[in-house]
Amino acid sequence: MITIRNLVKQYDDLTAVDNLTLDIYDNEVFGLLGQNGAGKTTIIHMLATLLRPTSGTATVNGYDIVIESAKVRASIGIVFQAPSSDDMLTGYENLKLHSLLYKVPRQVREKRISDVLELVGLTERKHDQVKKYSGGMRRRLEIARGIIHKPKIIFLDEPTLGLDPRSRESMWKYIQQLVKEEKITIILTTHYMEEADILCDRIGIIDKGKIIALDTPSKLKEMAGGDDIVKLRVKEKNVQDINNILKDFRFVHKIENSVDGYIILSVDNASRDLPIILKKIDVELVEFTNPNLNDVFIRFTGQNIKEEQEQPEGGFMEKFARYD
Amino acid sequence: MINNNRNSIWNTGYCHIEGPLSQVYAVWLREFKVFLRERSRLVASTFTPLLWLFVIGSGFGSTTAYTDIDYQTFIFPGIVSMSVIFSSVFYGSYIIWDRKFDFLKSVMVAPVNRGIVFTGKTFGGMTNSLVQAFILIVIGAVIGIQFTALSLAQTTLVVLLFSFALTSLGLALGSYMHSLEGFQMIVSFVVLPLFFLSGALFPLDNLPEWLSILTMMDPATYAVDALRNAILEIGSYPFKVDVDILIAFTSGLGAFGVFSFGRMKAV
Repeated sequence: MITIRNLVKQYDDLTAVDNLTLDIYDNEVFGLLGQNGAGKTTIIHMLATLLRPTSGTATVNGYDIVIESAKVRASIGIVFQAPSSDDMLTGYENLKLHSLLYKVPRQVREKRISDVLELVGLTERKHDQVKKYSGGMRRRLEIARGIIHKPKIIFLDEPTLGLDPRSRESMWKYIQQLVKEEKITIILTTHYMEEADILCDRIGIIDKGKIIALDTPSKLKEMAGGDDIVKLRVKEKNVQDINNILKDFRFVHKIENSVDGYIILSVDNASRDLPIILKKIDVELVEFTNPNLNDVFIRFTGQNIKEEQEQPEGGFMEKFARYD
Repeated sequence: MINNNRNSIWNTGYCHIEGPLSQVYAVWLREFKVFLRERSRLVASTFTPLLWLFVIGSGFGSTTAYTDIDYQTFIFPGIVSMSVIFSSVFYGSYIIWDRKFDFLKSVMVAPVNRGIVFTGKTFGGMTNSLVQAFILIVIGAVIGIQFTALSLAQTTLVVLLFSFALTSLGLALGSYMHSLEGFQMIVSFVVLPLFFLSGALFPLDNLPEWLSILTMMDPATYAVDALRNAILEIGSYPFKVDVDILIAFTSGLGAFGVFSFGRMKAV
């Protein structure tokens, strides 16, 4: 659906996208995971024909992003990082505007508008001005707008940035709904591990304009070090016996006895191995953790993913008034 | 049979042009709806011309008279032009708002020709200016200026032409700017000279030569003169000449606007 070949975007002294080659398949949900400034949005902007690449090429839905940009634009929908609907207009009016811009045929226009409103759960509020919407509702309206012309591909640039946890989860629900109901390829960027894990079929971890790891979420997690950590608390008098029993399991790689009376095990796969362990020994308390994408990220980039920092954006005078 | 035939021709023609036309309509409709909803914008931009008309008009009117027309009546066409100048050029600042709120990006990523976006926006600006001009015309009628069907038609034509030219200029300037402060600075170098050099407040006869030359270079001069011809039947140039020169300015600035929109960066 999308092929990217040696794509480069160079700003004066900064290589935002560094010789990127990547294929995105039909109907998959592909995640670009990386810190702010890693080049995610620049990639999206180039694929959406809003930015010209410095060199390299890409095709979207079979069309070249530089030579056939109008055809590319007709094939895609895009949800920007910041909501871009006109807040003086109602939700319905925003959708009407875009259905006209995208030349949605008159006969199906109204039907399409009510369908997408239904999909994102905004039917009740369609005649309210967008300025009266909550942050989550605005994002959902953006998604509705992005799919009004039945694009083959939709780009979601940080679809849940700045939303509270509840709105974030409901956003995920709507995106999953979208995957189920429309035949559509989704490319989303995010710096939330959990989001990438839940939504994406494949994830490309991007750092300094380069893809440094590319696979399914579970494979990536395996690559990060694999072992699950299990913590057991047992009766103190049994500790020695239990240590002996545990040593015989093939899937137990490492046993540690912590000072506060826990036995800490490294195992292949906690959800499969724990029941076997529990059949053999008497345990008071069990805890276990899987490696998550955060571990993956640290493994590949050598640093923790940072939370979003608000970038102050201002006009002429405001720039002078800032001291940094 | 004939009817059917005509219908099908009409339909194909219609389908063919529906796309671009409905895109222009979509952009225009959005502008118009926002205009109607932002009452404060309309009130504020009507207030300034009224201030000029009544305070300057009456104030200077007590000491000045231009032939047999009182000063307030004399500057009325100039005040209508002023309202067009201000509203049209400042209209260009909305493109900066659109950019700030990413609305512009969402339009540019749609498969829409830039020229179509420009046309829709310009029609939006022309509509705003026309509405304001009509408010002033109603007030003019109240203070005793007489309108005929012909003078109203001529006034409408001039307002549309002139606002097309200046909306194009405003949008072109806006397309290069990224901050409102910068826009306002540029605009004060454009708007105030356009207004003061236009002869909106004084007759063009007997000016010192340097000023006379400057007024001749100002497109607003011809709009003011055309409106004076239309409304008061006095003018320094014939109406036809005014309109021809306005058409020339309009074409030039329109082309500049389309060119600027084509070059405008999306992100």
